[in-house]
Amino acid sequence: MLVLDDAQRAMLSGADGAARALELVVAYGEAVGAEALIPISGAHIDGCLHHGDVSLDFVRQFVDLGAKVRVPTTLNVGSVDLIHPGRVRPGAQTADGRALMQAHVALGCTASFTCAPYQLAAHRPAKGAQVAWGESNAIVFANSVLGARTERYGDFIDLACALCGFAPAYGLHLTEKRRASLLIEVRSGSLDAGVAAVAAGLALGREAGGRVAALTGLPEAIPEDDLKALGAAAASTGAVALFHVIGRTPEAATMDEAFHGRPPAETLIFDEARLRAELAILSQAADGAKLSAVSLGTPHFSLSEFGRLMPLIEGRRASVPFTINTARAFLPQLEARGWASALDAFGATLVADTCVYLAPVLEDLTGAVMTNSGKMALYAPANIGCTIAFGSLAECVASAGAGRVVRL
Amino acid sequence: MRFLVPGPVDGERLVLTAPISFWGGVSPVTGCIIDPRHPQCGAALKGRVLMLPAAKGSSSGSSVLAETLRNGTGPIAIILGEPDAILATGALVARQLYGIICAVAVAEGDAFLALAQASGR
Repeated sequence: MLVLDDAQRAMLSGADGAARALELVVAYGEAVGAEALIPISGAHIDGCLHHGDVSLDFVRQFVDLGAKVRVPTTLNVGSVDLIHPGRVRPGAQTADGRALMQAHVALGCTASFTCAPYQLAAHRPAKGAQVAWGESNAIVFANSVLGARTERYGDFIDLACALCGFAPAYGLHLTEKRRASLLIEVRSGSLDAGVAAVAAGLALGREAGGRVAALTGLPEAIPEDDLKALGAAAASTGAVALFHVIGRTPEAATMDEAFHGRPPAETLIFDEARLRAELAILSQAADGAKLSAVSLGTPHFSLSEFGRLMPLIEGRRASVPFTINTARAFLPQLEARGWASALDAFGATLVADTCVYLAPVLEDLTGAVMTNSGKMALYAPANIGCTIAFGSLAECVASAGAGRVVRL
Repeated sequence: MRFLVPGPVDGERLVLTAPISFWGGVSPVTGCIIDPRHPQCGAALKGRVLMLPAAKGSSSGSSVLAETLRNGTGPIAIILGEPDAILATGALVARQLYGIICAVAVAEGDAFLALAQASGR
């Protein structure tokens, strides 16, 4: 039974947007068996993609009521690149997609339009912060890599939490639900580190089910970018919202901390053969196959990923379209570092605010599309109707030069 | 029965024998089940009380339920075998936006089976 405090009851009895939002959060809380609502310190909204007229009607009711979000709130990608008009080919839903993005901004949300809000220094929640985040890769990153606390919010309810400032106290908001029960030993052998992270994520999503896993055997200083790729893959093959990496992530300095002093209920080993089997499923195009495009940045490419890419493209030229999805916030820094012009000389096209696996950006899909993203590889064939070649960052660059799938 | 979204639950019942994801499983345009692996694939939700042992899948199910209700192709009520926050949210959004009532009730365990059997399934 969900019990509200005095402030929450007073908010609910109002006639404003916060009251309507709270009404939704209360219904949601009752359905998930929460006993209370807790204040949140931030939100990330995955509501800028159009699922029908109800998507826009929902946001506009709050705009019409003059409602504003009560906590700092970032926005996930939309269906249009508002920074580079025309980069996404116009279609039937362009106007609605643009209106949906603008309506969220009118509610006081930050016009971040990125699926990687955790890359924005001003929007990284602290360890232990209670937040309401949407978008599966952002959720798993916030919980796992930052140690913030969110459940898997989505349609309507993420925005409702932001507008009333409360979330139901259940699931991963609660300490006991964050305890690992499954131990996974990763033995990646000779695999490229970035590729191994994707493969481990794919396998994790298939095996974990509703369980929280703790991983060992990853490189000691595994970069955030690789944890991003791992989490995004795990949240694509399964409903993973939290994993720990022993010795690396905030709630897993030791085995004891990750497992809350109890023994693992089960131990699995992801060896090189298992990881290679995951990768074999991912890549549909044969080595040497003709490429139509290369796409990086699903989830959005970080500045450090650009930093790794720049030496690889030096003196090279892509012979096929080469797109990189990234946050609009990084565009000025790419200019300032001289990277934007180098990327342009190489033949790369920057896409902001959206992602090529959602929006019509690529024109020719007769050949394969190559990516280093497990998430892109899983979703793009159904979303945009292409064949995928998966490879490391270096293989993506080499293949772009050759116009066919090159293995290094 | 416990109500997540209040309202009447009387009417012709459609009893599903397997869980369903509204997103990808139900067409918001026709209100019919379109998941080819679902045993009641092809059945229409419109005007019926949907008896659902469990919901599953993407949170975009909220949008799909609300969109069927907006389109007039959705169920008049939903009786669930276990609580589901995604469908409760979709029904509540349709009530807030369009004044369309689609009750969402939970009848757990034997109560759900008794209701399903009373519906001739």
